[in-house]
Amino acid sequence: MGSTVSDATTETEPAALPGDGLREGIVDELRRRIGESLVDVHLVPNDDLWVRIATDSWRAAGEAVEAMGFHYFCFLSAIDWMPSPYGRSEDDPTQPPPERDTVVRPGVTGGETRFQVFARVTDTRRHVALTLKVDVPDDVMAIESWFTVYAGANWHERETHEMFGISFVGHPDLRNMYLPTEFEGHPLRKDFPLLARMIKPWPGIVDVEPMPVEDALPQDEVVGAQAPADLTPEQSDAGLGAAPAEDRAVEEALTRSVEEAPDHTPPPAGDDARVDSGDQQDLLEGRPDPSSPAPAPPEPGPPSATSAADETARVEPDDELVVGEDDIVDETEVRVAEGNAVTEDEATATGRPADDQPGEGAPT
Amino acid sequence: MTDLLSERQQLSYIAAQAADARLNVELETEGMTLNIGPQHPATHGTLRIIVRLDGEQVVWAEPSCGYMHRGYEKLTEVRTYPQVTTLVNRIDWLGSFANEVPFILAAEKLMEVEAPPRAQHIRTILFELSRIANVVLFLGDLGVQLGAVTPVFMAFRDREHVLNLIESVTGGRFHPNFDRIGGLKDDLPKGFIDECHAVMKKIRTFCDENEDLLIGGEIFQARTRDVGVIPREVALQYGLSGANLRASGVDWDLRRDQVLPLAYDKVDWKVWTHPDGDSFARCWVRLQETRESTKIVDQLLDTLPSGSIMAKVPRIIKVPEGEAWVSTENPLGEMGYYIVSRGDLGPFRVKIRSASFNNISIAPWVLRGVYVPDIITILASLYFILGDIDR
Repeated sequence: MGSTVSDATTETEPAALPGDGLREGIVDELRRRIGESLVDVHLVPNDDLWVRIATDSWRAAGEAVEAMGFHYFCFLSAIDWMPSPYGRSEDDPTQPPPERDTVVRPGVTGGETRFQVFARVTDTRRHVALTLKVDVPDDVMAIESWFTVYAGANWHERETHEMFGISFVGHPDLRNMYLPTEFEGHPLRKDFPLLARMIKPWPGIVDVEPMPVEDALPQDEVVGAQAPADLTPEQSDAGLGAAPAEDRAVEEALTRSVEEAPDHTPPPAGDDARVDSGDQQDLLEGRPDPSSPAPAPPEPGPPSATSAADETARVEPDDELVVGEDDIVDETEVRVAEGNAVTEDEATATGRPADDQPGEGAPT
Repeated sequence: MTDLLSERQQLSYIAAQAADARLNVELETEGMTLNIGPQHPATHGTLRIIVRLDGEQVVWAEPSCGYMHRGYEKLTEVRTYPQVTTLVNRIDWLGSFANEVPFILAAEKLMEVEAPPRAQHIRTILFELSRIANVVLFLGDLGVQLGAVTPVFMAFRDREHVLNLIESVTGGRFHPNFDRIGGLKDDLPKGFIDECHAVMKKIRTFCDENEDLLIGGEIFQARTRDVGVIPREVALQYGLSGANLRASGVDWDLRRDQVLPLAYDKVDWKVWTHPDGDSFARCWVRLQETRESTKIVDQLLDTLPSGSIMAKVPRIIKVPEGEAWVSTENPLGEMGYYIVSRGDLGPFRVKIRSASFNNISIAPWVLRGVYVPDIITILASLYFILGDIDR
C-alpha cells in the first residue's frame, strides 16, 4: 500500500449489535430517572424505540438520556399533525378547493397537541438509538431548549423555530437560518401553502395515473415509429431504414443548388417550405444529384418515410392472416410483421422494384 | 471542556478570550469583520462565513447558510414515494446514489418489503462507488485549498472512471435516480465486473499517489496537524458523523453497527479511526476509507449472487401508516430519513437528517481562536457540501 503514515490506531473487533432486552432496559432506566414524565412508550423489538415526554420535563429528559450514555445528538425537528387543508397541492387552481378533513391525529406514542417536537439521540457504544417526542402546547408554542444539554441542538432548534414557529426557552439566538428575517409565516406548517402549486398545477400528477392499455393506442402511432428499431439488417437496408438517407440526399441537393445560385436567399428552415418552393424545385429538377446513394423512387411521390407511415396506417383486417401463420407471440414483433406485410403488399401493388421491398425478413 | 484541548488550541483559545475581552471594552486593538464567501473557492459552493478577527486570530465565527435552501422537506409532502428519489438525489450531489438508499430503505421498512439479494449487492456496490466518487474529489480538492494544485487534476482524472461506471449502470453520471422501492431499476450491464475491478485498481493507485504526494508530505502535515482539534465528547455533542467522528476516535460506522438489508456483513473490511481529532486525522481517515471501499466493491463483485433485482411490489406504491427512521453511512456522514406515512401515495412528513448540517454546525466552536489560514484548512477537512447543509 506504500503507507507513509502509520500513527493511527484501529479498533478492529466490531462491537456487538443490540440484542433482545436492551431497549426494554433503556425504558426501565429512563422511567427510573424521570418517573411520571415518561408519558408513553412505543417499542418495536430489535428495531426501534420511541418515547413521549411530558412537556415540562423536556430538558430533564434530555439530561437523563445524555447521562444514560446517549452522547451522540442526531437531530431535532418537529411535526405538524394537522393534515394539510391543501391536500397534496394537486387541486385545479381555477376551481374552488374541496373540503378536507383537518382533524389532528398523532402518530406512534400518541399526543394531545397539533405540534410535536421530536429528537433522536444515539449511544455509539451500545449501538442503540431512541426517538423522544414531546407535545408543544397549542397556546404558548414554546418548550425548553436542549441547547445546554446537547450543543448540536443549537442549529436544529433555530431551524425548527424558523420552519414551525416553535420557540425554545433558553436558546440564545433563534435567528432565521435560511429565510430572510422579514419572511412571514412558517413554511413547514401544514397550513402554509406551497405557492408554486397554487399558481400552476403540478405536471407530475400524470405519473400516478394508471398507464393506458396498449391495445387502446391508435395503431398508426405505434407502427410507423417502432418498425425500424426491430428490423433485421437486411430489412433496414432494403426498406424502411432507407428513408432518412433519401431525405438527406434531397436536402443536400437542395442546399447545394441554392448555394450555387447567385441571387438566392438561404432556404427557410422547415422541410415542407423547401419542397413547396417552386424555384428550388426547378433547380432540383435541373440538377439531379449524382452522389445520392438511394435508388430513385419509381413514383414521384413524397419521401418514403411518410409513405411508409401512410401505408401502415391503412391496415386491413386481412393482413392478420400473415401474422397467424408465423405464430409470433411478442406484440411489438406482431406490429412489425404487420407493417412489413402491408408495405410489401402495397409496394407490389404500386409496382415498386423488387430490391426496394422489405421482402427478405418478412414472414413468408 | 478546555482540558480536552491540545496545548496549542488551549493557548489560542485563551488568546481569543483575551482578544474578545479587549474588543468588548474597545481598547488597544481594533477588530475586523471578514466575510469569507459566499463566493469563495474554499467554500464548495455558497457558504458564507463571517469571522471577527483580532489581528490574525479569529475571535468569533459564524457560518451563514441558506443560499441554497430548496425546501425539500416541504416538497416531499406533495410528491409520491417514487418521485422523492429524484429530489433527494440533489442533496449531496457528489454521492447522489447514496442519498436515495436510506429513503428507499425507510419506505421498504414501512411496507415490509425487502429487496432480493442481488439487488442488495448492487445497491451496496453503487453506494460504495458513490462514496469513492465523492471522497476522491475531497482528497484532490484538499490540495487546492492548501495550495497544492496537482492533486485535484489527479482526482478529477480518476473520479471520471468511477462516474463512467455509474453512468454505465444507471444512465446518469450525477443523478442516477436508480433505486426503487423493492429493488433496482435495472441490472448491471455486460462487462461491468471486469471494468469495475480495473477501476478499483486505479483508485487504489490514486490513493497511494495521494498519500505520497499530499497527505504524507511534510508541508501538508505542518499545515494540518494539531489544527482544528475536536475532542470526541465535543464531536458527539454536535452530532458529527462519518469520518469526522471517527477521526476523533469514536469507533462507530453505520455500515457495520446496524442491521440493514445491504451487503456489508458479507464482506471483510474494517473501520478506521484516528485518535487525534485534528484536520490531519480527518483527511487521513477519509483516505483509508477510500481504500477500504475499493476492497468492499471488489469482494462484492466476486460474490454477486444471481437472481431477480426486483421484489414483488404493487405498481402503484402506497406505504402503510407508520413511522420509520433509517440512516446510512453516507460519504459525508450519517444521513437519515424520518418518514411519517398516513397510508397515502406520498409521505405525510419527511425529516431529512443530512450529515453536513451537523458537521458544519461545529464551525463556530472549532474556529474560535485559530489563525486565518487555518480557517480554510479546518473547513476543508470538515468536508461539507452545500446542498447537504441547506437541503
